[in-house]
Amino acid sequence: MKAQLVVNPDRCTGCRACETACSFAHYEEFNPQRSAVRVSVFTNDAYFLPVVCLQCADAACVAVCPSGAMHVGEVDGNYAVLVDRERCVGCHMCVLACPFGCVEDDGAQSVRKCDLCAGDPACVRACATRALDYAPVGTVASARRKALAGRMKLEEGRQ
Amino acid sequence: MARAAAFGGWQGRLLRVDLEQGTARGEPIERAVLEKWVGGRGLGVWYLNQEVDPQVDALGPANKLIFATGPLTGTGTVAGSRQMLVTKSPLTGAVATSNTGGYFGAELKFAGYDAIIVEKAAAAPVYLWIDDDRVEIRAADDVWGREVGATTGILLGETHEDAKVMCIGPAGENLVKISAVMNDMGRAAGRSGVGAVMGSKRLKAIVVHGTQGVRVADPAGFMQAVQDVRDHELLNQYMTVTIAEYGTSDVVEFSDELGLLPTRNFQQGTFEGAAAIGGSAVARYNLKGVGKTKACFGCPTACGRVTAVEHGPFKGRGEGPEYETLGSLGAVCGVSDLEAVLKSNYLCNELGMDTISAGVTMACAMELVEKGYLSEGEVGRPLGFGDGAAVVELLQKTALREGFGDALAEGSYRLAERYGHPELSMTVKKLEFPNYDPRGGNGFALAYATQNRGACHIRNEVHCVEFFGISLLGITKEEGENVDRFSSDGKAEIAKQIQDYYCMIDSSGMCNFLVISMPHAAAFMGLVEKATGIDFGGLDGFLRVGEAIYNLERLFNLGAGLTAADDTLPRRMLEEPFVEGASKGHVPKLDVMLPEYYALRGWDAAGVPTAERLAELGVAGGAAL
Repeated sequence: MKAQLVVNPDRCTGCRACETACSFAHYEEFNPQRSAVRVSVFTNDAYFLPVVCLQCADAACVAVCPSGAMHVGEVDGNYAVLVDRERCVGCHMCVLACPFGCVEDDGAQSVRKCDLCAGDPACVRACATRALDYAPVGTVASARRKALAGRMKLEEGRQ
Repeated sequence: MARAAAFGGWQGRLLRVDLEQGTARGEPIERAVLEKWVGGRGLGVWYLNQEVDPQVDALGPANKLIFATGPLTGTGTVAGSRQMLVTKSPLTGAVATSNTGGYFGAELKFAGYDAIIVEKAAAAPVYLWIDDDRVEIRAADDVWGREVGATTGILLGETHEDAKVMCIGPAGENLVKISAVMNDMGRAAGRSGVGAVMGSKRLKAIVVHGTQGVRVADPAGFMQAVQDVRDHELLNQYMTVTIAEYGTSDVVEFSDELGLLPTRNFQQGTFEGAAAIGGSAVARYNLKGVGKTKACFGCPTACGRVTAVEHGPFKGRGEGPEYETLGSLGAVCGVSDLEAVLKSNYLCNELGMDTISAGVTMACAMELVEKGYLSEGEVGRPLGFGDGAAVVELLQKTALREGFGDALAEGSYRLAERYGHPELSMTVKKLEFPNYDPRGGNGFALAYATQNRGACHIRNEVHCVEFFGISLLGITKEEGENVDRFSSDGKAEIAKQIQDYYCMIDSSGMCNFLVISMPHAAAFMGLVEKATGIDFGGLDGFLRVGEAIYNLERLFNLGAGLTAADDTLPRRMLEEPFVEGASKGHVPKLDVMLPEYYALRGWDAAGVPTAERLAELGVAGGAAL
């Protein structure tokens, strides 16, 4: 399946279940600080945005990595940017290079980022509202088109 | 400081803060204590009984303010967001257990603490800044006197942008007896006047940031149990249909139909303005462009919301309203102008006041005026049922104790007593009623009369089995069924069971909304067992722990001077049936149910737990493990 991790900010309620699910899947503890997905919360605006690695095609973190630890690979047949912890020298250049803040220091001379949980992302399983989804690329575009059309219909005052 | 072993959902330690000495130190919590009292309410009440003389002045330095999370707080369970504030209440003189969600409780766990115990009082305003093991007591001069939103913003600027803030508003500072402690801006530990206790200690806020993980005893089993709960049909129905769209605001019209929506200081059980302040009316004020609700930590339901009034005299924005606020500041005050109710809600959040007690106290003043016991000259303005603008003005005066606000700040009971008519105070143990009139259900009435903290709906949701069709503990055979709400048969047993069960919910760190939407009580117990590693020996054993907690609270109350005479309802509810609506003609048969209830609890005729029952429950002496 050609799939990708999809964020639907309109659906996020700021519960942060994705954060505990991610840290549990990777470290067997509940700890938002060790989650690869983090929700930005703007309380009084009821605005919530989960931010997670976009798996860039031309990834700054890969380009800047001096040891080859940060590399392009495949997860469940899909393109992914991955960390080889054995090769990581802990220089944190990738942390500085990522424009989205999605690579972080992981203590023990390594970094962490989303690894797509071997094609069954824990954050997606924990998300009650499907603000996070793991979906075939084709359906993402079509769902977005339909959502846009729905919003325009509403704005024109048609129920 | 060495970190105690992390285990069983707990961090195994608390932070003890002495505001007089200006010290804050970590302290291990014995595993045996955690295993016996679980966390949250149980743990907090145990420490309260151990360390606070029930006779102390609630606003004096000898009272302590305890913030206690549960073993599930901050875990990946659904809705592991809760923490309990435990102290002696300045409003009731009884035990205060005030619960709140949001993010703060989870963050406290991530900082490595299960609880905070705040002792004595600071000489000048301070706030506590907890960044994992680094704890500072800092001057709070720049935020003292400020409202909750401003305080939160300033303190985040002084500490860490991702930190979580719990604070009091002006009401707590001014020792208003119906003041709340607020966290994450719009969440409240609302009831029993806990804000005033924090204010009496000159503790403006606690700011916390944590980087440590929470681990459970059986990780794989725990996550499987969580997944089972998520997949359960009832939970999905509850979160996608019942609550998700309108939050609890939709209950307004439901209660009105049942004839138990308290109206005009509980003089009626139906409100002609119910539709005007109900769920679909409220939804029109959802923040523009936001088509969704707002969640506490880990919650799939997301019953919170942010609303805004864009124009006019009641312009404002904030979290809420939920059902209890719409009822208390709406129907109970006879106010059907929703924008006025919304503004009142925003003000209570910003000033740090309990919306329930504020509304019911305001309504008491309105009835005192209506009956001619209180003059408008004393109030300083006209005051009648339905006057939303008066509520808005008087709420501000209450928080600042300005003019007549000083009398309102004492809560409904002291207000009514001051003007010679305590029978017009709609309270139990001086705590104002929430918005299910006890004339609408016998079990509910009994639970109100006997609840340790006073008139409270959320420590014993008997309404679940009397009219919400939620089977709690298998009390009704099928979901959707109700027991006969006007019968007193079997209600003593039901009220006791539910009270004990809620002690466990309140000790777990989970939100009771999500627990009651779970497949069955055993599923909830399973989550607690897999997190903690405790084997409760079945549901009976689980409820016995709840019963022990309930008795521990009772002992505190008896020590504080409360008696069986306090296990009652206002005369209005016992003697004046409604004359219209679906609950007309009924009053609860409290005199029948109460002796039965005492017997089931193993309490003597004076409402004192027998030594035998206490020994069975392991509560010997009220202080032992």
